[in-house]
Amino acid sequence: MNPLSIAQTIQDKFPKEVKEIVEFRKQVSVIIQRDRAKEILAFLYFNKDFNFDYLVDLCGVDYMGQKKPRFEVVYNLFSMKHRHFFRVRVEVDEDTQDAPDNLSVDTVTDIWRGADWHERECFDLFGIRFKGHPDLRRILMPEDWEGYPLRKDYPLKSDLGDMEWQEYKDLIEFSEKAKQYEVR
Amino acid sequence: MTKTKDALRQRELTINMGPQHPATHGVLRLVLEIDGETVIKCTPYVGYLHRGTEKLCENRTYLSAMPLMDRLDYISSMANDVGYCVAVERLLGIEPPERAKFIRTMMCEMTRISSHILWLGTHALDIGAMTVFLYSFREREWIMDLFEMVCGARLTVSFPRIGGIRNDVSQEFLDSLYKFAEEFPSRIIEYETLIDQNRIWLQRTKGIGVISAEEAVNWGFTGPTLRGSGVDYDVRKYMPYDAYEQVDFDVPVGKEGDVYDRYRCRMEEMRQSVRIIKQCIEKLPKGPIMTPDAPKFTLPPKDKVLKDMEAMIHHFVMLTKGPLTAPVGEIYSSTEVPKGELGFYIVSDGSGRPYRMRLRSPSFVHVSALPRLCVGSLVADVIANIGTIDVVLGECDR
Repeated sequence: MNPLSIAQTIQDKFPKEVKEIVEFRKQVSVIIQRDRAKEILAFLYFNKDFNFDYLVDLCGVDYMGQKKPRFEVVYNLFSMKHRHFFRVRVEVDEDTQDAPDNLSVDTVTDIWRGADWHERECFDLFGIRFKGHPDLRRILMPEDWEGYPLRKDYPLKSDLGDMEWQEYKDLIEFSEKAKQYEVR
Repeated sequence: MTKTKDALRQRELTINMGPQHPATHGVLRLVLEIDGETVIKCTPYVGYLHRGTEKLCENRTYLSAMPLMDRLDYISSMANDVGYCVAVERLLGIEPPERAKFIRTMMCEMTRISSHILWLGTHALDIGAMTVFLYSFREREWIMDLFEMVCGARLTVSFPRIGGIRNDVSQEFLDSLYKFAEEFPSRIIEYETLIDQNRIWLQRTKGIGVISAEEAVNWGFTGPTLRGSGVDYDVRKYMPYDAYEQVDFDVPVGKEGDVYDRYRCRMEEMRQSVRIIKQCIEKLPKGPIMTPDAPKFTLPPKDKVLKDMEAMIHHFVMLTKGPLTAPVGEIYSSTEVPKGELGFYIVSDGSGRPYRMRLRSPSFVHVSALPRLCVGSLVADVIANIGTIDVVLGECDR
């Protein structure tokens, strides 16, 4: 099925949620609002004409300073039966004091089991929470790590000072202590 | 009396497997809860090799991110490089010339053979067939020598470039590769003689780690791990890149979805790879190896750089600033690496560096499904399951 007509069908069915349809190099993606994201994704999975049974990839993108809802969760979908490819981008905003629940999306692990670790990784590196995820822990970074490394305001390399990882600080301290026993 | 009863009380045991364990193929840690010999819970822990490749890519130009790709799946680095180049080419909208396409395809298939040979050797070693390991490393060495012949490196090759390849191949190389392709099928038969009908091998692999086609797709399996369950999904056929449209090959699929079928798939795939390599050598066209119609995106040829002032400046700008005119947009591009589908999701903001580079690695997805494969089976089958999904932790942790 032509990806543009898929996008059109979604827009007809969910006119309020779809913000924009983007086409670049023959790949089409729809940008949708967060609130009914899961409903739209489930629609793409269960509808017989679309049948997106394979979640190729799920990842986050940080558009800090580029556009207003700061984050995006990107779902790349593929259908084994119809052999078509489609992309859904869900806009997620930062947490604020008035809305502490902003930075979260509904999980899709009950639709695609493979989303499990992708969502954990997204949480680990961007801090986006997935509501209803069975086991939302850090995955690539150490469990006691602070901060979310793939955000644009996270430095690539710098002296973190007090923000430094505790285990690394312990290691430095230990090696300082061990110096006094050095044989010269 | 009560004391004896307490001593004989059965309880579940939690054991830690890895991260330093010869059968985990890297630094994979599994926490197993076992009841006797049966696994009742399995929790994989990854991240020991996390190097922040995605973050590094965002801070490098498109050209200089290439060596990082070698270090993802370090036993099939050529396929990763090609995957990366295809992704960036699709983003920039350029096409490599025909000759470069055929050479890349050839290289990809050589990588597939070398990766599958290593997999076969280590997988068999894990299950208890030592001899295959020694035989398979003999052929792997041969392929490594061929790689060395074409680009000077054995493991971290960095051979393809955006818009082509680094250097042309010699006739001598093509002849030795053809000789290898002629010889190799007989070596596959040798491996098969060792294990294919072996009763121990069959008992350790048949009916172990069974996963149905629907479930495997739902988990996001790709590559031979998925095809063992009978789904013919292959990126080379579904979304062709390079010269795969111009060569004939079949996609072998299994039926049962167990360890044995996945083993059969990989063995047949090696035969298909040989077929592709032969066709590539026979059809190899003459011509340039770097695309000439996109001079703003590709490096100028090295001999020109040393003679021509303009080319020298161009070379300098390309290496320091990168292709400055990358269009604004986002693209997902995937290629079939030996482990499965390696995907790149690149968001470009029009500068010489990717705004966001996401790597979808097959091993990461496969490791996430380990609990599904292992729970309910025996501890010894955990090893068979780790082997059958063919993980490389460098790629899993990125």
